[in-house]
Amino acid sequence: MGGAPQRPAKIRIQGLNKVFPAENGDFRALSGVDLHLGDGEFVSLLGPSGCGKSTLLRLIAGLESITSGSLEVDGRSLDGPPAGLGMVFQRDVLLDWRSILDNVLLPVEFAGGRRDDYVTRARDLLVQYGLAGFEDRHPWQLSGGMRQRAAICRALILDPSFLIMDEPFGALDALTRDELNIELQRLWQTTRKSVLFVTHSIAEAVFLSDRVVVMATRPGRIVETIAIDLPRPRDLAIRETASFGRYSAHIRDLFERHGVLRTKPS
Amino acid sequence: MIAGRAPGLLRRIFRANQVVVVIVGFLVVWQVAGTIFKAPPYLLPLPSAILAELAARPKIYAINGAYTLYNTLIAFALSTVIGVGMAIAIVYSKFLEKTLYTFLVALNSVPKVALAPIFVLWLGTGDASKIGIAFFIAIFAIVVDAVLGLRSVDPEMLDLARTLRGGELKVLLKIRFPNALPSIFAGMKVAVSLALVGVIVGEFVVSKQGLGHVILVSQGVFDTTAMFGAIFVLAFLGTVLFYGIELLERRLLPWHVSHRSQRASTGH
Repeated sequence: MGGAPQRPAKIRIQGLNKVFPAENGDFRALSGVDLHLGDGEFVSLLGPSGCGKSTLLRLIAGLESITSGSLEVDGRSLDGPPAGLGMVFQRDVLLDWRSILDNVLLPVEFAGGRRDDYVTRARDLLVQYGLAGFEDRHPWQLSGGMRQRAAICRALILDPSFLIMDEPFGALDALTRDELNIELQRLWQTTRKSVLFVTHSIAEAVFLSDRVVVMATRPGRIVETIAIDLPRPRDLAIRETASFGRYSAHIRDLFERHGVLRTKPS
Repeated sequence: MIAGRAPGLLRRIFRANQVVVVIVGFLVVWQVAGTIFKAPPYLLPLPSAILAELAARPKIYAINGAYTLYNTLIAFALSTVIGVGMAIAIVYSKFLEKTLYTFLVALNSVPKVALAPIFVLWLGTGDASKIGIAFFIAIFAIVVDAVLGLRSVDPEMLDLARTLRGGELKVLLKIRFPNALPSIFAGMKVAVSLALVGVIVGEFVVSKQGLGHVILVSQGVFDTTAMFGAIFVLAFLGTVLFYGIELLERRLLPWHVSHRSQRASTGH
């Protein structure tokens, strides 16, 4: 890992393979993956559709089991979802029949906690994420950006030490996406949770991350891990700077070399 | 245009009482056509004669209607409770899905009315056989729709629930079941009409009272007006049952897609 400072490991993955058995030959989703996520680190997985980044997330979340190799979260191998994990998906998957406040409190009910102990925290989170006054509304009465903010509040209600975000802003318009990127950076800087973030967007990955893990397809694998050495907090204007551009260009170049991206007009 | 208001008002009245307006309209057409073409009363009595018959012997229709309604409601309640229970078992057990569910789907293609005389053999000539037939006819709609509803949960929602580590019972109670309610209500609306059909079929086979009994006895003496009187009461019961469940659905599931526009337009 070169000169990267070694922090206690949140996730340690070595020689991981994931094969999905199929009738017409097994499908190799991930091959020889090594990945390290330090405690409090923000790492993005960046790659095209089908590169296995979602599969990798599902393995780390304990939703699937690995075929071979090793995967440890907090120093333990998994036999199910680990404790202290918050998840955010591309779609907010809020429950239509619950108010926004009750949606945010859902993890409390699943964890067997007392709802009353968390109502204040839930309301505070909703205020922080610009949803004050929407506590008693239902999901369908909110815009896509507001719904995704509510989903983030839900992921945070039990104060997890570890966040997994699977293309959380992929379905949002560009302006809302920028706004939520800023909010996520602020959340990360104030709480220092470990974050594993999946995205299609080079700019989003470089903007948010300590390190960007670039993946390619067939089989799904990691081609390079790039440390993003840009000062924090970063504002949106950093995307127009030369150093930001160098990181983006380098990643785009990687994609072209691995046949992921064809930029030459034909 | 004389006034934009009058058609708007008419449209509003029509929308609010759509069922009543349509039914009254139908009866008026029937009355007028029957009078013009001089339909023989022993074949097709006029609505006015049928209503007069109902007014003349209200007690007969009330007592027999109540009896039919009572059996219908029992059969409907049983099919809903047992049907939803079976659906939950089917959704959670691969074995039951392959056996019980497959069997139910196959059985559903049998014309169930044909089994009515057998229910009389099994359950006797009293209420039990009517309730049995009605239950048997109605339960399929509940099971099929409930299974559909319980299954059609967003896979990502289930993933989220698994990472919350709450156990399958919480997933059922907090996610699957509420998610299935719109589908279960759709099944209940079909089932309540089918339960009424089942009870009448049971009464046709053998009975001492009930609206089916009134229809059969009146047919025996060529009292067509009384037959239509019983049919009017049946139509009324069926409509009330259907809209009763729809009303319950609106009360319980205001969040469901099909009810949102109304709510939005009434303002909240």
